Amino acid sequence: MDEKERHATPATGTGYSRRGFLRAGAAAGAMAAGAGAARADQQPDPLITEVQSWAQGWGDGVDATPYGLPIEFESDVIRRNVGWLTADVISSINFTPIHALDGTITPTGCAFERHHSGAIELKKEDYRLMINGLVDKPLVFTYEDLERFPRENRTYFLECAANSGMEWAGAQLNGAQFTQGMIHNMQYSGIPLRTLLEEAGITNLGDQIKDKWVYVEGADASSNGRSIPLEKALDDCLVAIKANGEALRKEHGYPVRLVVPGWEGNMWVKWLRRIEVTDEAVQSREETSKYTDTLADGTSRKWTWVMDAKSVVTSPSPQMPIKHGKGPLVITGMAWSGRGAITKVDVSIDGGANWQEARLAEPGVDKAMSRFYLDIDWDGSEMFLQSRATDATGYVQPTKDALRAIRGENSVYHNNGIQTWWVKENGESENVEVSS
Amino acid sequence: TPAMAETYNLGRAALPAEMKAWTVEVFPDGKNLPEGSGSVEDGENLFADKCAACHGDFAEGVDNWPKLAGGADTLARKDPVKTVGSYFPYLSTVWDYAHRSMPFGDAQTMTVDETYAIVAYILYSNDLVDDDFVLSKENFLDVKMPNADGFIVDDRPETEYPLFSKAACMSDCKKDVHITMKATVLNVTPDQGGDD
Repeated sequence: MDEKERHATPATGTGYSRRGFLRAGAAAGAMAAGAGAARADQQPDPLITEVQSWAQGWGDGVDATPYGLPIEFESDVIRRNVGWLTADVISSINFTPIHALDGTITPTGCAFERHHSGAIELKKEDYRLMINGLVDKPLVFTYEDLERFPRENRTYFLECAANSGMEWAGAQLNGAQFTQGMIHNMQYSGIPLRTLLEEAGITNLGDQIKDKWVYVEGADASSNGRSIPLEKALDDCLVAIKANGEALRKEHGYPVRLVVPGWEGNMWVKWLRRIEVTDEAVQSREETSKYTDTLADGTSRKWTWVMDAKSVVTSPSPQMPIKHGKGPLVITGMAWSGRGAITKVDVSIDGGANWQEARLAEPGVDKAMSRFYLDIDWDGSEMFLQSRATDATGYVQPTKDALRAIRGENSVYHNNGIQTWWVKENGESENVEVSS
Repeated sequence: TPAMAETYNLGRAALPAEMKAWTVEVFPDGKNLPEGSGSVEDGENLFADKCAACHGDFAEGVDNWPKLAGGADTLARKDPVKTVGSYFPYLSTVWDYAHRSMPFGDAQTMTVDETYAIVAYILYSNDLVDDDFVLSKENFLDVKMPNADGFIVDDRPETEYPLFSKAACMSDCKKDVHITMKATVLNVTPDQGGDD
């Protein structure tokens, strides 16, 4: 790459110093120039021929790390925030480093956060859950009570309604972490919300369940109150007390949060304190002023609960440049749908002109993340990388232009349009949009 | 059906005082709205005290903080300005949200009458009432919200799902692929040196 181009490109390869990255790039270039021949001329590798310190002395004792963090060399795999997106960091968002992750389970320590009045500290001893409203017997539970109900384990993605929202009017942020990183995927252990509602008794409702709602709110100052149709509450919602095997992180709702599979993250109320059965929607701030989607004619959709099928190539991507030159290249990414399992992901390297079916690492799981791979032999030419998810309903992820044709550019939420990465000959990538 | 399910006899009966303390949300039809009232005049002073540092003296918003007034007839524009006056469909939401979650950082400190007054002032800032207006439980539903009819229930099942559920093109899907937009032109992505 020439000097000018290098400086015009934003920071990449975050675990490396600038100099280190350039050196690595130069080495890769040299190797690409004469791969096979170079190998024969090589000096023996001192990492092999010389005894290394770690092969001689001691590592850390088992008492060194009662609860461990990732090794320091992975220090770029962290949440990041974007200062200009919100007025302050208390009612704000940060982003999961999806570019650097693999598989489907999001490590809880770097799984994104979205708070409206900060991440509160709520002890189990101080925790109370109330169920009231149109129930036979309004109840108060302690945390210990919740632990005594039969539990289920389920894995689901949680995607913020605003994920990719900054990209409605065009390519803006440079990296999958920023453009698609308001998402995490965890295994939850919890009590079906249905079990708790039945404990309070809803027999008085008879067959009127279809017309009823639950209003759910958190213990924090923002409360984040939302209305959910009772049918959904009785279907697959969970009152979660564990995620990925351990207690919820403080920032994810410790000690109890609501899990609303397939539906926009805002409804997954954290620090859940109350569930009220009502006969109308509250039409709270979070379902009128926010989480409503304005269309081109100025009217707005409300109650857009489901997150539609979506995918993104996580590597290569702007934060994950190709450093190894031509030859075998793993293209990988993730796909998910709020309407069912992912059944297929197609990948294009030419901006959507031609598509190949990628390989799903495991069969798709209902309303959970899928990992896909496409292994190619990269010839070093530029690519316009795209991925396109299909879910169990037959819905195919649309292009951004197809969405804009229906909604305009002011929806804010629910942008599940196809992402394009322009992979340049030097291996760096950039967030772009291409002609449709 | 959920009827007649097994129960576990866990938890205890919620007491009336407990339910009253937490059941404070206000519905669009005014359900749960407490007795009380407040004037634009009182609201102006309260707003200056409790709200204006972020929302501006006239509810017009400071810096990146939310604008509560203005933006009339901008919703179909390129950059709509969504405020109480231009966007909120129900006054109940304004009252409920202010009473429960504002001021930011000191929530649940406003009395019922103070909340009525603040909401009256926000209405005045949006040119929806006169300066001698007094908002109360009694006249609450008389206030006409300009965007009350501006919302439709999610219609993706009709407008999008059929369109996006057709067999997808796999080859020779388009002739011309060229870049139409680049993120680096804006250069607004944070530096990722690890210290951000």
